Amino acid sequence: MTPEPFGARLDDVVVRFGKQRRMTIDGRTFKDEATVALDGVDLTIRPGVITGVLGRNGAGKSTLLTLLAAFNRPTSGTVRLGPDGDAPWEDPWENAWVTSNVQLVRESGDLQDDEKLSESLRYYADLRPFWDAELAGRLLDMFEVNPRKKPNALSRGKRSAVGATIGLASRAPLTIFDEVYLGMDAPTRYAFYDEILADYAEHPRTILLSSHLVEEVERLFEDVIVLDRGGVLLAETAEEMGRRGFSLTGPTSAVERLAGDRRVLHRQQLGGTLQVTLEGTPDDVEATAARAAGVELGSLPLQDLFVRLTEPSRTGAGR
Amino acid sequence: MFDGPEPIYLQIAQMIRSQVLAGELVEEEQVMSTTQFATTFRINPATAAKAFTGLVEEGVLYKRRGLGMFVAPGARERLLEQHRQAYYDDVLAPALAQAAVLGISAEEIVAYIHGTAHQTPQEES
Repeated sequence: MTPEPFGARLDDVVVRFGKQRRMTIDGRTFKDEATVALDGVDLTIRPGVITGVLGRNGAGKSTLLTLLAAFNRPTSGTVRLGPDGDAPWEDPWENAWVTSNVQLVRESGDLQDDEKLSESLRYYADLRPFWDAELAGRLLDMFEVNPRKKPNALSRGKRSAVGATIGLASRAPLTIFDEVYLGMDAPTRYAFYDEILADYAEHPRTILLSSHLVEEVERLFEDVIVLDRGGVLLAETAEEMGRRGFSLTGPTSAVERLAGDRRVLHRQQLGGTLQVTLEGTPDDVEATAARAAGVELGSLPLQDLFVRLTEPSRTGAGR
Repeated sequence: MFDGPEPIYLQIAQMIRSQVLAGELVEEEQVMSTTQFATTFRINPATAAKAFTGLVEEGVLYKRRGLGMFVAPGARERLLEQHRQAYYDDVLAPALAQAAVLGISAEEIVAYIHGTAHQTPQEES
C-alpha cells in the first residue's frame, strides 16, 4: 500500500521574475532587470529521505519547492520527478500523474477560506491517492482544530497545524513542508516533528522540510541543502555536514590553545568558560589533548555553520 | 543527548554497547525499535537504523523477523572481552606513558592502585 517515494532532479534551473518594460523620463524604454530567484541550480533529491532545505530569506527556498510541485515553471532548465527504477523521471508541469503524487504545504495552507475546513480536507482527500482520513482526523484532534470551523476563523498556529495535517495525511511520495511551523507554539512544533518521524518510519517517503529553526530540526534530516542567493551552497548528507566542524567547551586558555589556527565559526564566553565552534574535524591527538585539558568536544551546531556560510560579507568562497 | 563530535549513529551504537556492558540490557532482551528510537530522541529513523545495522554486524544485536531487535546471546561477554583488550591500549598505555614523562615510578603506581582499590573499588566504571 505504501507507494514508491519520489526523487527529484534539477538541471541548470533558472527562475526569473518580473521582467518588464520601463520608460525613462526622456521617453526611452528599457527592459527592467528581472529578479533572479534561482540561478543555475543543479540538484538531486534522494527518494525516501528527509531533506532539510535551509537558506536565508530570499535565498530561493520557496521558489525551488514550488517548482517541484509544479506551482511554477522554470525560466530555463529542467525539473524531473519520479520513483526509483527504470522509468524515466517526468516533468511535473501539467502532469497529473506527477502532481497527484506531490503534496506541497505552504505557510498559507492553501485552504478554501469561505467553506468549512472539512471541505478543504475533502478536496485534498480527492486529490491524493494515498490520503489517510483516519490519520487526518487523529492529527486535527491532537492539534485541537475543529474541522467545522472556517479556516479564516483559525489562529495562525492552528492554520499551520492544518497544513501539517494535510501534509502528513496525504502520504504523498513527495511531501514538502515549506515553513509550515510558523505560528505554532513550541509544544505543537515538537508534536509535529514527532508525527513526521513516526509516520515516516511507518510509511517511508520523500520529505522536504524548510525551516529557519535550524537547531530544532537538524536531527530530523538525513540530507541537507543550503541555498543562498539563488544558488546551491551545499547539498550533502547531514553526516558529511557534521564533519565540517566541531565545538570545544572548557577553560578559556585551554580552549584557545586547542583551537590553534582553526577558523572559528562561533564563540561564546561565559565567565571563565569558552565555547568555540571550529571548522574541520579533530584528530586523535587533538581529542586526547582536549580530554587531558578538561575540554569537552562536541558536535557541530548546524546553525553555526549555516550562519557562517550565508554571511553577507562572505567572499564567494565555497560557492 | 548525543552531543559528541562523532556522527550520531556511532554515539547511539556506543550507548547501546554501554547498556549491554553494564547489564542494563540483558541477553535476549528486546531493544527499542527504530521508530521508537527516532521519536524518543527526535532523530532521523535512518540514523537509528544505521546504528542498529552496525550492532548486528558486530554481533551485539540480532534481528527476529517481524518482531524487532534483540540483544544477542553472549553479547556482553564479547563486549567485555573487546573492551578489556582495548582498555590496555586506549586507557592504560597513555596513562603509563604520561606517568613516565612525569617521573612516576611503577612502584608508586602499584602502591596507588592497592591503596585506592581498597578504598573505592566501585569507582572505576
